[in-house]
Amino acid sequence: MTYQIQLGQQRWQFDDLKTLMAKATPLRSGDCLAGVAARDEQERVAAQLALADVPLKTFLSEVLIPYETDEVTRLIIDGHDAAAFASIAHLTVGDFRNWLLSEQADSVTLSAIAPGITPEMAAAVSKIMRLQDLVLVASKCQVTTAFRNTIGLPGRMATRLQPNHPTDDPAGVAASVLDGLLYGNGDAVIGINPASDNVEAVTTLMTMLDDVIQHYEIPTQSCVLTHVTTHIEAINRGAPVDLIFQSIAGTEKANDSFGINLAILKEAYEAGQSLGRGTVGNNAMYFETGQGSALSANANFGVDQQTCEVRAYAVARAFKPLLVNTVVGFIGPEYLYNGKQIIRAGLEDHFCGKLMGLPMGCDICYTNHAEADQDDMDNLLTLFAAAGGTFIMGIPGSDDIMLNYQTTSFHDALYARKLLNLKPAPEFEQWLQTIGIFDQQNRLAYGNQSLPKPFEHVVGGNAG
Amino acid sequence: MSQSADILVHNPWQKLRNFTDARIGLGRAGVSLPTQAHLEFQLAHARARDAVHLPLDFLQLQTDIEQVYSGDVLKLNSKASHRSEYLQRPDFGRELSDSSADLLKDLPAQKKSIVVVVADGLSSLAVQKHAAPMMASLKSALEGTRLSIDSVCLVEQGRVAIGDPIGELMQARMLVMLIGERPGLSSPDSLGVYYTFEPQGGKHDALRNCISNVRKEGLSYEEATHKLMYLLLESDRRQLSGVELKDESDNGSSQLDNSSSSNLLIGTHSADKS
Repeated sequence: MTYQIQLGQQRWQFDDLKTLMAKATPLRSGDCLAGVAARDEQERVAAQLALADVPLKTFLSEVLIPYETDEVTRLIIDGHDAAAFASIAHLTVGDFRNWLLSEQADSVTLSAIAPGITPEMAAAVSKIMRLQDLVLVASKCQVTTAFRNTIGLPGRMATRLQPNHPTDDPAGVAASVLDGLLYGNGDAVIGINPASDNVEAVTTLMTMLDDVIQHYEIPTQSCVLTHVTTHIEAINRGAPVDLIFQSIAGTEKANDSFGINLAILKEAYEAGQSLGRGTVGNNAMYFETGQGSALSANANFGVDQQTCEVRAYAVARAFKPLLVNTVVGFIGPEYLYNGKQIIRAGLEDHFCGKLMGLPMGCDICYTNHAEADQDDMDNLLTLFAAAGGTFIMGIPGSDDIMLNYQTTSFHDALYARKLLNLKPAPEFEQWLQTIGIFDQQNRLAYGNQSLPKPFEHVVGGNAG
Repeated sequence: MSQSADILVHNPWQKLRNFTDARIGLGRAGVSLPTQAHLEFQLAHARARDAVHLPLDFLQLQTDIEQVYSGDVLKLNSKASHRSEYLQRPDFGRELSDSSADLLKDLPAQKKSIVVVVADGLSSLAVQKHAAPMMASLKSALEGTRLSIDSVCLVEQGRVAIGDPIGELMQARMLVMLIGERPGLSSPDSLGVYYTFEPQGGKHDALRNCISNVRKEGLSYEEATHKLMYLLLESDRRQLSGVELKDESDNGSSQLDNSSSSNLLIGTHSADKS
């Protein structure tokens, strides 16, 4: 079906829904690379005007990637909750934006409609929203998950403590874990990107993190971000697996390039559930996504990168994750060229994920060949925290020495919490206060050249 | 810059930097980075940015390479005409410009043993510093073998895969690519070495072998040459490259095998828990 709009003397025509969606997408380099972007600014806005007139129902009948050949499309269509959709079924995309911004759309209502929102509906409305719209609506969405602590409560923002080391050296990892804990980070997860995906190496790291969590009785969870099949193998060998990680994408072919499909994810999900290691909940999956992953696997089928990204959230949603993380600036400038594109993408991803009922975090990050710097990250961090972002990364001094990119630091998390009066997850907050890292006002409790007593032995002993 | 103790909070666990290059124990001003740590980061980022954006001095590079190699040195360009295009269109960086392709097509047809391609990639600094010494190291290692460097090409705005059409047009049996890697904050000058047997345009990434992180603080020229020579000689014997040609030049065990290493955070000096 074609979509058309007459603007003054000029008639704009778009061949099908995926073309209309792509042309309506705010400029980003990845869509130019894919050859699906609008030719110019006028065509983009014409597409946005035409998209605003599309009924939400259309997305249930006109799929962007064929149902027969793509299991993600089948998941989206077969899993659609018509009852949840009923109250917004009469809206167009443009009406939907108005409704989301209206006072009718409060936290309770937004939670109720979430299962009725498909990725394409969320992507479509995000394309006609400004940053303040993305921030404001997302801030009304509340998504709560739990494992050993409770993530996503109002007025709270969690952090993933990311203690990466180029050779997975246990002492090097431990040094960064200590640094992060002493700066109040690590409630979302203590999660390592391993240099090796060898199962013995991965198991060593899992055991090491588990020992730390048990020794200090930290109400948090660990994760070694290795392939989902390696997790299954580690579980079979009896390794202490808290969260099961996997990178996911929005098309069957892109997931195939990651070596996964829905059946493998289901197997991993069930393996995680069987362990029952959560204490206050059992959301045991941790997914990462990022705009551009489908195109980089040559698996985007003419669909714009932001829509592909949101389709990945349908995959995530099927497995009740504790955390979903959009790694927004990692992929490089051929997909998101500069700070402006990275900032918008991060806020789009957060909005779309929250609208679909996911606990969205953001790896607020950039590589050294992107046109971005710390000021851009401060912008995204501040907007993301204001939007009620579920969690961010925390690493020592923003410098990931293993993945060679820059993300938010332990200090950055403290900045955002202080500025917007945000607290860590409640169980973790209690632990920080009890062990002497935070005081009762959640300020760092220890002073110059000192550290909380339970950690004194680390510096006084082994490191001497 | 003074570090007045009444303003800053210093962290006593800085000594754990013995175990990692991560920026731990930075201390704080309020909850924020102290000025010194903040500006050190900015300096590292500036170095990495300049490595990406400052153009490679190809005349100097050619002079440096001619010091160690006496054969032909050709200068080529990719389809990316400037850095901004190069960064946004990786496909252009993988293809030769029309004029460069014509230049290679006009060369006399002659089979070659090893062709070395040197491309700026994402770090001009890495190539400027390490390409010529790496060439010299490789050349001396090749002495006494039946392999030799038969030609060298320098490529502006090149990506790794541009070596394939170059190697094919030059009838290279073996292609060694030296290219600037994406700079890390603490590693702006890291050189990558890629190897392909019987290069052809459009070859799959899995048919390439990679030796990464050649720089002063990383892999030395000698270590990189040792690995590369293993690949070249095994490839010569088995007539392939890529995932089926694993680098088994090291028999040493990785640090990961040390699963008995004690946990730094738990250790034997455990203090009483509060």
